[in-house]
Amino acid sequence: MPDANRIDRRLAALKAEGRTALVAYVTTGDPSLAATLPIVRSLIDAGADLIELGVPFSDPMADGPVVQRASERALAQGVGLHDVLGVVRALRTTDNVTPVVLMGYANPIEAMGVDAFVAAARAAGVDGVLVVDYPPEEAHEFAAKLDAAGLALIFLVSPTTTPARAAEIGRLARGYVYYVALTGVTGAMHLDTRDVATRLAAIRAHIPVPIGVGFGIRDAASATAIAPHADAVVIGSRIIQEIEAAGEAAAAERVGAWLGTIRTALDGVEGAGTR
Amino acid sequence: MQMHDATTTFKYDLPDAKGHFGPYGGIFVAETLMRALAQLNDAYARYRTDPGFIAEFEDELAHYVGRPSPVYHAKHWSEALGGAQIWLKREDLNHTGAHKVNNCIGQALLARRLGKRRVIAETGAGQHGVATATVAARYGMECVVYMGSEDVRRQAQNVYRMNLLGAKVVPVESGSKTLKDALNEAMRDWVTNVDTTFYIIGTVAGPHPYPMMVRDFQSVIGRECLEQMPAAIGRDPDMVIACVGGGSNAMGIFHPYIDRPHVKLVGVEAAGEGIATGKHAASLTAGRPGVLHGNRTYLLQNEDGQIIETHSVSAGLDYPGVGPEHAWLKDSGRADYVSVTDDEALAAFHTCCRMEGIIPALESSHALAHAARIAPTLARDTVLLVNLSGRGDKDMATVAERDAAKGA
Repeated sequence: MPDANRIDRRLAALKAEGRTALVAYVTTGDPSLAATLPIVRSLIDAGADLIELGVPFSDPMADGPVVQRASERALAQGVGLHDVLGVVRALRTTDNVTPVVLMGYANPIEAMGVDAFVAAARAAGVDGVLVVDYPPEEAHEFAAKLDAAGLALIFLVSPTTTPARAAEIGRLARGYVYYVALTGVTGAMHLDTRDVATRLAAIRAHIPVPIGVGFGIRDAASATAIAPHADAVVIGSRIIQEIEAAGEAAAAERVGAWLGTIRTALDGVEGAGTR
Repeated sequence: MQMHDATTTFKYDLPDAKGHFGPYGGIFVAETLMRALAQLNDAYARYRTDPGFIAEFEDELAHYVGRPSPVYHAKHWSEALGGAQIWLKREDLNHTGAHKVNNCIGQALLARRLGKRRVIAETGAGQHGVATATVAARYGMECVVYMGSEDVRRQAQNVYRMNLLGAKVVPVESGSKTLKDALNEAMRDWVTNVDTTFYIIGTVAGPHPYPMMVRDFQSVIGRECLEQMPAAIGRDPDMVIACVGGGSNAMGIFHPYIDRPHVKLVGVEAAGEGIATGKHAASLTAGRPGVLHGNRTYLLQNEDGQIIETHSVSAGLDYPGVGPEHAWLKDSGRADYVSVTDDEALAAFHTCCRMEGIIPALESSHALAHAARIAPTLARDTVLLVNLSGRGDKDMATVAERDAAKGA
């Protein structure tokens, strides 16, 4: 039977080994729908512990130009939420252990219908859902439905999140939370490690689930700098740039090779994940 | 159909504390924006009833904008139509040429109280951008305006005007290169520069408290009418008609009338080349509810929930969503929403020029077209109050192009 709790099991296992989880994001359908599954498998083979699959949306308000371009390329081929679920189903024929989280915006889910989406996501083998524009205030009903289906609702936490809000997020959060290390959009440039460490320590008091850090991690140096403070590092825009540079035929191989260097660097970090 | 029974009257008090108009509105944004919205919400809650703030707002409206704007009986046109009397609320006479400035002044005054020296805005037709650039100059603030590159092309004169006023206009090349893409880009700027920057949203959409706040600032339009119409005709109008893109001029004139059920409220959407062609911007007429730009409302979207490209001859109506309060007014039946095509709007535009000596904005021409369509079917003592939300100087190139194409 599908394990509805792949996220918790994977993150707990990594913690026990003293390793920081490596989370890789790709937009489904970029550069093509057919290319996505090989890219995902390559990322997993290269050491990705968890896959975030982007659901293309026409108006990705919180994303920077890199992820938006990926979304536009996918949309130009008509890729939508049904196709994303299809990729997960296909992955599950060979991989029943790697957790998969869908990341996107509310409208495609609401267009499908929340109940239909939750059922389809569970059936496909999805483990969690991150809806960028569902803050906790608007997510209670959705959270309850995901809970009932054994799917995790992943929330964003930002440097501007107050302790009171962090506590509210902590009550609803399942799986992990995704700490947005910058106040900017995805793919932005500057990351202040010391600032992240201080803020993570404060937020941890309110958040019972593991904390992944993303937005601004783009190479081995930034990944290893963050790793000692985080349960997971999330890389997205940088992977998409590798896909853009590689072209469709070489994309899977190139992202795998690139992510492998991050994996190696992360595994060399002393004390990572041992808090 | 006047309602005399006091128990059937009601006090309209939406939105609720979290910004909901029934199932619509709310706050659907990334966590990175929540603090800024909470700060804005707190500030607005404090100042919306603050006598000093209100006095300053009203003083600016009187002396800088030139309010109150008059109501005007379009006698010649009404006579020619042979039915209902058409009255115009003359927002076209405002400083900057449209209703947009009312809201910009309110938000700029709020930005000053929050100590933010940089304002950003999105714009479609350019009217909101011009209004924002104007108040930024007036209050000595840095101003950046995001505008779809397609709109930059269509509204070159407004771009030049914003530059003259000291604003930086950033053309947005993503997506459909129109208003919705400019809005996305402005949101991104705000997420990145939230500590120094105030985002002046130009319509009654976006996350709470924007739909409520913009409506409140624009409600000066309807509040003036509450006094002006009885002074002019001895009673309220039978119907209030306004064009609806995002819907700020319509909410501004509708809101004070919501509690008066004897006044019909009619919003007019852009049917573009016709609803059946799919090339339109009529989200209430042809869309379905969803989540976009921070609120739940009616949206033009495909089966996958992707927002689709819209079309209207008027850039200011070219938007795939609509303010959530309009969504609520539609569902509750308090307001009716109809649509008018590009050609119908252009015909009304020309008639208004010739018969009344008023060059209306193409946006407002949609409301005029609906009034002209129904006036002949109504009794001569019926009064239709149309919000003439802006003047058409900005549309000269568009109209000339259309007319030349038709003549060819």
